[in-house]
Amino acid sequence: MHAAVVVFPGSNCDRDLAVALERAGARVSMVWHKDTAMPDGVDLIGVPGGFSFGDYLRCGAIAANSPICSAVKNHADRGGYVLGVCNGFQILTETRVLPGTLLRNAGLKYICRAVPLTVVTTDSAFTSGYDAGQTITVPIAHHDGNYHADAETLRALAAEDRIAFRYGDNPNGSADDIAGILSPNRRVLGMMPHPERMAETAHGGTDGAAMFAGLVQHLEHA
Amino acid sequence: MKARVHIMLKTGVLDPQGEAVRHALGSLGFDGVNSVRQGKVIELDLKDGTDEATIKDMCERLLANTVIESYKVEIL
Repeated sequence: MHAAVVVFPGSNCDRDLAVALERAGARVSMVWHKDTAMPDGVDLIGVPGGFSFGDYLRCGAIAANSPICSAVKNHADRGGYVLGVCNGFQILTETRVLPGTLLRNAGLKYICRAVPLTVVTTDSAFTSGYDAGQTITVPIAHHDGNYHADAETLRALAAEDRIAFRYGDNPNGSADDIAGILSPNRRVLGMMPHPERMAETAHGGTDGAAMFAGLVQHLEHA
Repeated sequence: MKARVHIMLKTGVLDPQGEAVRHALGSLGFDGVNSVRQGKVIELDLKDGTDEATIKDMCERLLANTVIESYKVEIL
């Protein structure tokens, strides 16, 4: 399985995401934001966490208009797999690859701590390694993670089983406790928590590892 | 020519920053502040003759996130 991890100025989880994918057995290429195309044969694009372009204007807004994001959008439009974590989720909403947006946390504070998440659906390559309803512990580290979408979008996300993860204790005010959502074809996942920071025992837990293992297994046999 | 773009959260989108400012005004003793909404103003210095449609295109594609924000263009 060949994965590409996009690097923007201000990305800071790009290495972690690459290591998590490599440990799960993927071959990983790092791709610069000024590149205009993905390497040949990329199965999965990782859009990492961080503070791309200093969060200027809106989180993810400037990254969403960088040259590489046209390639990310094309990959998603062609049915390719994309994982956006934290700032990566914000970028995927700004490119409109995923619906809704991430507002400032309801409590206005930057929150950095491990939180309980409920795995809502196992019907995706990202979540097939978990049990439905399972509670996992994954860290969040964000100031703007308050998921917002109009009522119709929220209804569609629930009705189509596209809510991947919900917060156990909703730390940021997200609508419907949403921590991560899937695209209609279930091949794009955006989530605020960081599975790559909970992927080996030295991290204090390995609840994120099943996502990378599941992705590699699914895409190796795709 | 210059243009000013006013960007506000749409009605119905909660504004926790505005709410925090409202509380702070209350603690300074300003009674009767019913609500505060915080937005942003972007000033553009443009080539003369830039039409409003182009500025609106800038708003739609970058300056505002129309999922949650509305914008108003003012030609100065």
